[in-house]
Amino acid sequence: MSIFSYLLPKKQSTASVAKERLQIIVARERSTRGGPDYLPQLQEELLQVVRKYVPVDQDAVNIQLDRESGCEILELNITLPEG
Amino acid sequence: MTKIVVVTSGKGGVGKTTTSAALATGLALRGFKTTVIDFDVGLRNLDLIMGCERRVVYDLVNVINGDANIKQALIKDKKVDNLFILPASQTRDKDALTQEGVEGVFNALRNDMQMDYIICDSPAGIEKGALMAAYFADEAVVVTNPEVSSVRDSDRMIGILASKTRHAEQGEGDIPARLLLTRYSPERVEKGEMLSVEDVQEILAIELLGVVPESQAVLNASNAGSPVILDIDSDAGQAYSDAVARFLGDNIPHRFTTVNKKGLLGRLFGG
Repeated sequence: MSIFSYLLPKKQSTASVAKERLQIIVARERSTRGGPDYLPQLQEELLQVVRKYVPVDQDAVNIQLDRESGCEILELNITLPEG
Repeated sequence: MTKIVVVTSGKGGVGKTTTSAALATGLALRGFKTTVIDFDVGLRNLDLIMGCERRVVYDLVNVINGDANIKQALIKDKKVDNLFILPASQTRDKDALTQEGVEGVFNALRNDMQMDYIICDSPAGIEKGALMAAYFADEAVVVTNPEVSSVRDSDRMIGILASKTRHAEQGEGDIPARLLLTRYSPERVEKGEMLSVEDVQEILAIELLGVVPESQAVLNASNAGSPVILDIDSDAGQAYSDAVARFLGDNIPHRFTTVNKKGLLGRLFGG
């Protein structure tokens, strides 16, 4: 998790926030369009595996799909409870 | 050879009907015999934008059901030659639009009326009316506002166009879909308050047909029932004229995408 984004708050224009959000959601929706609809299921199953060991809730999971020079990066963040 | 063009967006209120009216009028002004069809069954509105609401006798569903033939149902525009309007029905029966029925209407417009262009004004959403408007299309114009929900819905619609048209189903590939960005405000883009043309293009990744600025002329035109493209002095009217030229293959630069910084003298003496 990028802790620096909290420590160094930068003032971002609302348009660039909009663009970032759109890029993420559109990439996610495209990946589930037409082809195998695996992303939500993947998320659910991964969550079940983690839950075998640590109690986490649905909100603790964050999936992001990014594009970088021709390849797509699927980023899955699961915030584990403290202690 | 008749070309069928769908004007679509997914989201409502972004300017599909305004664009359909402008595109059809622009094509007719250039001498192409053009019909614009309102596919929004239940919520007829194209007639108001075209200024022919009091001349509606028969509608799209009447033609599909055989209550009227295409010649009886087409309304000939009073201002522009070569321009015809086929209004939507106000029936609430959503099953009134059948694939065979719509195909029959297109065949009549092609064979009996010798149309050059058929412009299909799609309803909002991704329900039957929108799918029927898109199914037979040879080409699509995707109308989008520089705003998150509109861009997302447009992307959805581009996906549907890629799989749910007759051309796609017959394995002839995607139909060409081009982006028309409407209600654009270069001032707000410059302040970082609005997605830029480049941002929207990058996300949707389709060719840009035109940018129509946010303009008072659009409301004035709809108030008067005269397509905004006929308001040749207005920014929106000129933007639509440019878009029609590009639609027909002209390569002209985009206007109204940057803030006009001219002072009073520049406005008086500048071109």
